Amino acid sequence: MKKITIITGHYGSGKTNLSVNLALKLADAGEKVTVVDFDIVNPYFRTADFRSLFEAHGITLAASMYANTSLDIPAISFDMERMAYEEGYLIVDVGGDDAGAIGLGRYAPAFADYMPDQLDMWYVVNRYRYLTEAPEEALTLMGEIETVSRMRHTGIVNNSNLGSETTAQTILDAVPYGETVSRQAHLPLVGTTYRKDLSVDLKDGIPVEVYVKPVWES
Amino acid sequence: MKGNEALAEAAIRAGCKCFFGYPITPQTELSAYMAKRMEKSGGVFLQAESEIAAINMVLGAASTGVRAMTSSSSPGVSLKAEGISYMAGSDLPAVIINVQRGGPGLGSIQPAQSDYYQATHAMGHGDFHILVYAPCSVQEMVDVVMLAFDKADQYRIPVMILADGLLGQMMEPVTFPEPRTELPDKSDWAACGHGGKREHHVINSLYLDAPLLEAKVQERFKRYAVIEETETDAELYCCGDAEIVVTAYGASARVAKSAVTAARRKGIQAGLFRPKTLWPFPKKELCEATKHAKQILDVEMSMGQMVDDVRLATECRLPVAFFGRTGGVIPTPEEVLAEIEKLAGGAE
Repeated sequence: MKKITIITGHYGSGKTNLSVNLALKLADAGEKVTVVDFDIVNPYFRTADFRSLFEAHGITLAASMYANTSLDIPAISFDMERMAYEEGYLIVDVGGDDAGAIGLGRYAPAFADYMPDQLDMWYVVNRYRYLTEAPEEALTLMGEIETVSRMRHTGIVNNSNLGSETTAQTILDAVPYGETVSRQAHLPLVGTTYRKDLSVDLKDGIPVEVYVKPVWES
Repeated sequence: MKGNEALAEAAIRAGCKCFFGYPITPQTELSAYMAKRMEKSGGVFLQAESEIAAINMVLGAASTGVRAMTSSSSPGVSLKAEGISYMAGSDLPAVIINVQRGGPGLGSIQPAQSDYYQATHAMGHGDFHILVYAPCSVQEMVDVVMLAFDKADQYRIPVMILADGLLGQMMEPVTFPEPRTELPDKSDWAACGHGGKREHHVINSLYLDAPLLEAKVQERFKRYAVIEETETDAELYCCGDAEIVVTAYGASARVAKSAVTAARRKGIQAGLFRPKTLWPFPKKELCEATKHAKQILDVEMSMGQMVDDVRLATECRLPVAFFGRTGGVIPTPEEVLAEIEKLAGGAE
């Protein structure tokens, strides 16, 4: 992974779950990691929900107080520009859709100054997600996110799943979709995620745990 | 699919042609989805200047016979109360969605179930009821939206879907039914233009003649009696031999179901009663579910509102305990299980 990884995608495409997995993997390998909860449009299912898990793994969390106030006013109460120059890895979990990526545009000039070989911006897709089922739809949204964030993606992550109903076949069926999105976007496919307990044989598979789920799912 | 988006897509497939709303967390994705998709499906999306304006636009659209909807979250629904009463008084069908958050006042933006009283007992001034559905999964939200439009038209009443922030925000797989192509004919009452060929239709809730208003209200209550008789619905889970029946709706029913399953594993004869309609409250179904019960545990994301209907429905024959979290705090299966174990221990 590069020093900075920015993660974008459709609402509920699995950005937060991927961010948590990436952060834990780096931290458990002894790396210094900061996760930025940059979802300032939605107070539900956020990286900030994993504060205690992060603390247990020595991961730093930067999150605004939005979800803990009664004001529907998004605000960024941390200095991401400074964080970008600090030691260690930075994972930025962006809000859903173009609406969630607007705030990122404010940092575009700062990130543009950054070495391109040290910054990735990954677009997370889910073949089973309504409105991004067709590769064209996924690409349209990707373009909208790039417009508002004033930044360009560098890779595609295929995170196709059907929640708790996901089987190995669910993942395999969506492999061509990820490849098509990657080809049409002229961007490399970073990998295809699959839940660790499913035995899926993929050459660029990314095994993940499911952390983002409702309280009644154990 | 995300709960809020599923509600919106289902409405479009149910033949909803007019959506009027005003954004509020945690239901905003619903409006955002409508903004993107409604026009493409040949309908109208309009972000009103306020919740009050939105509900009155729904009133106007419904008067012409088209399927119309609005959605909001708790504080916004309070603002719509006047319009809902006017629609009930004008015999207008419409669907209103409340993705509940913590209250009172601006409250919080996390999920809650503290608008139960409002939805089922006091959704505005005057003598009236609205049908209230309480889905507990993203799939059920889809199914219930289709049903809500049909029932609204059938009985000419406003219908509410009482969801909560958790259901609105969560992702679950869904299957959509085919879009409705044939919708009910409303030409015998709708104000949709008469072309000089018939008497004009009047949509109105003002009756200055008291006996006339009384007759109108009494006629409406005859319809309500039919609804109470035929439209109740509930899910019974492990209730056959249950000695402790947990009552819960919506997201807290999902939590309660996990707790009941865990209690069964520990040998406790627990069951879950989940009303799918909150008004009318499924009394017959609750009596069936509690046939062998010695105790009831009501679980809500509130300080206890539905618990009163549970007591009334069982005519206080059984002791009813209550466990609730409020303000946006979600109860955990472990907490509910602990309450069940407490009751089981006490019963022995």
